[in-house]
Amino acid sequence: MTATTTPYAGLTTPSTARRLLTAPTTGPLAALLIACVFFSFSTDQFLTGGNFSLIVQQVMVVGTLAIGQTLIILTAGIDLSCGAVMAFGSIMMARMAAEGSLPPLLAIGLGLLVCAGFGLLNGVLTEKIPLPPFIVTLGMLNVAFALTHIYSKEQTVTELPGPLTALGGTFPLGHTDITYGSLVTIALFLLFAYALSGTGWGRHVYALGNSVEAARLNGVRTSRLTIGVYTVAGLLYGVAALLLVSRTGVGDPQAGQTDNLDSITAVVIGGTSLFGGRGSVLGTFIGVLIVGVFRNGLQLMGVASIYQTLITGVLVILAVTVDQISRKKAR
Amino acid sequence: MTTADSPTPVLQARGLVKRYGQVTAIDGADFDLLPGEVLAVIGDNGAGKTSLIKALTGAIVPDAGEIRLNGEPIRFTGPQSARAHGIETVHQDLAVAASMDIASNMFLGRELRRPGVLGSVFRMLDKKRMRQEAAEHMADLKIGLRSLTQAVETLSGGQRQAVAVARSVAWARSVVVMDEPTAALGVKESGQVLDLIRRVRDRGLPVVLISHNMPHVFEIADRIHVHRLGRRAAVIKPSEYSMAEVVAIMTGALTVDGSGGTVVADSEAAKAAGVQAT
Repeated sequence: MTATTTPYAGLTTPSTARRLLTAPTTGPLAALLIACVFFSFSTDQFLTGGNFSLIVQQVMVVGTLAIGQTLIILTAGIDLSCGAVMAFGSIMMARMAAEGSLPPLLAIGLGLLVCAGFGLLNGVLTEKIPLPPFIVTLGMLNVAFALTHIYSKEQTVTELPGPLTALGGTFPLGHTDITYGSLVTIALFLLFAYALSGTGWGRHVYALGNSVEAARLNGVRTSRLTIGVYTVAGLLYGVAALLLVSRTGVGDPQAGQTDNLDSITAVVIGGTSLFGGRGSVLGTFIGVLIVGVFRNGLQLMGVASIYQTLITGVLVILAVTVDQISRKKAR
Repeated sequence: MTTADSPTPVLQARGLVKRYGQVTAIDGADFDLLPGEVLAVIGDNGAGKTSLIKALTGAIVPDAGEIRLNGEPIRFTGPQSARAHGIETVHQDLAVAASMDIASNMFLGRELRRPGVLGSVFRMLDKKRMRQEAAEHMADLKIGLRSLTQAVETLSGGQRQAVAVARSVAWARSVVVMDEPTAALGVKESGQVLDLIRRVRDRGLPVVLISHNMPHVFEIADRIHVHRLGRRAAVIKPSEYSMAEVVAIMTGALTVDGSGGTVVADSEAAKAAGVQAT
């Protein structure tokens, strides 16, 4: 290899404009902006700082779950258990701190560990037996759901100590109150956006989703990486559990039941392919906001909530259709 | 074939044996790859050439026999250890990550990090340097591609193969092994890959080429290792034999004695293969 740094004459870099137009997040971003413009004209309350702070608060729990879900879907896996694992984590944190008289920080730590443990178990079963992630996490969904109800005895835990609800606190930014929890979610999105695009670990995650065999032949320790991804995702569900508790102020065994599928919805709307290997957490962030903006905007317009669900369903099918078509073109 | 003054083989094997229960996949096989040559390895299906190549690239550990790299005895414990010794393999299914760009594929599993804290603490990739080095490798092998930031899935089959070859060549210090590199390609693209193999050899890197395509083998190989029944049946020069004779050696109709002459082992089979004893 020569020491020169002259790029090969035949190589060009596509223009920035072209790259932006063809980036996979462009479609979702355009959809988000169009939705924002539409709701701004439809209702006066939409375009206010307070409302945007509310949207972020409403989506931070699903958003944090969706980061873990993105990692797993990028490896061509799926996690149906994320919401149930989060619910179990939140009940554990709440009960151990409120009734088990553990120090609150220890209760939080244990809750995070248990959620990470669920992720580890998902990863090990997927990788070592091996089983399809769909089946493993479907089973784990039921296990975590049942454990939540057994452990809580169907009781909502109230009167939580301060540290558990601290992230629900707010600070003023201009005329808007922002919750600390929103900041945690945004920070996690930034952290994982960097980890996926800026580090070797991220590249290996994408490679794994493209072709396990190719990754393995190139020296990626695929088994370790897969288990690691599920474990990190589990830890993120633990953070989501803490955010959930801090937002609602109680430990509710009924919480998070739609969040399993909502997280997948956000990932898919954000342009990440269910077939693995393509997508980004930036896209997922946009996807989470699209769902949040639609729900919020339609609510402000006085549309019944069942229509919000209807529109979300249509968006999912639309997003997967776009993904399928672009994959066919790529071939 | 071999004479006393021949150079030290880059990769050599003597008496390799690999058994799977009752089945003997490698039955005392020898192998010699000389510096700067393209050595084709051919053999009928089930002759054991895949097992031989796997033993030479660390994918299987032989039960008996010796492998030498540049004259030194060596034991590969896995594909990673063979790679660590500069032996790279271009796999038949290409082993590329389709949605990732060319530079990312070239450095997959061997990413470069930024110097200093950015690399050690923040694990930040040095994307610019990887792109530059990838561009240099491609230029060295005269592989013309529009852009290194193109996803591999947007490339043609021949271009993908070129990327896979360039990746192996970039990392191989001793040997490049190519498993059926033209099997999935059209005529024109096959020609491009053969040209590429020649350029790799001309840079001094010996190439082991596993192929079923006899015209390609005859076009590019300096020597041909014919594998049969788990061991080396012959090593011949393509200039001294016809394709029909080589096929006859593959099927056992013809055997080659120590001095390079051929002996008809089974005259009926040889007649069927259209070969005359020399």
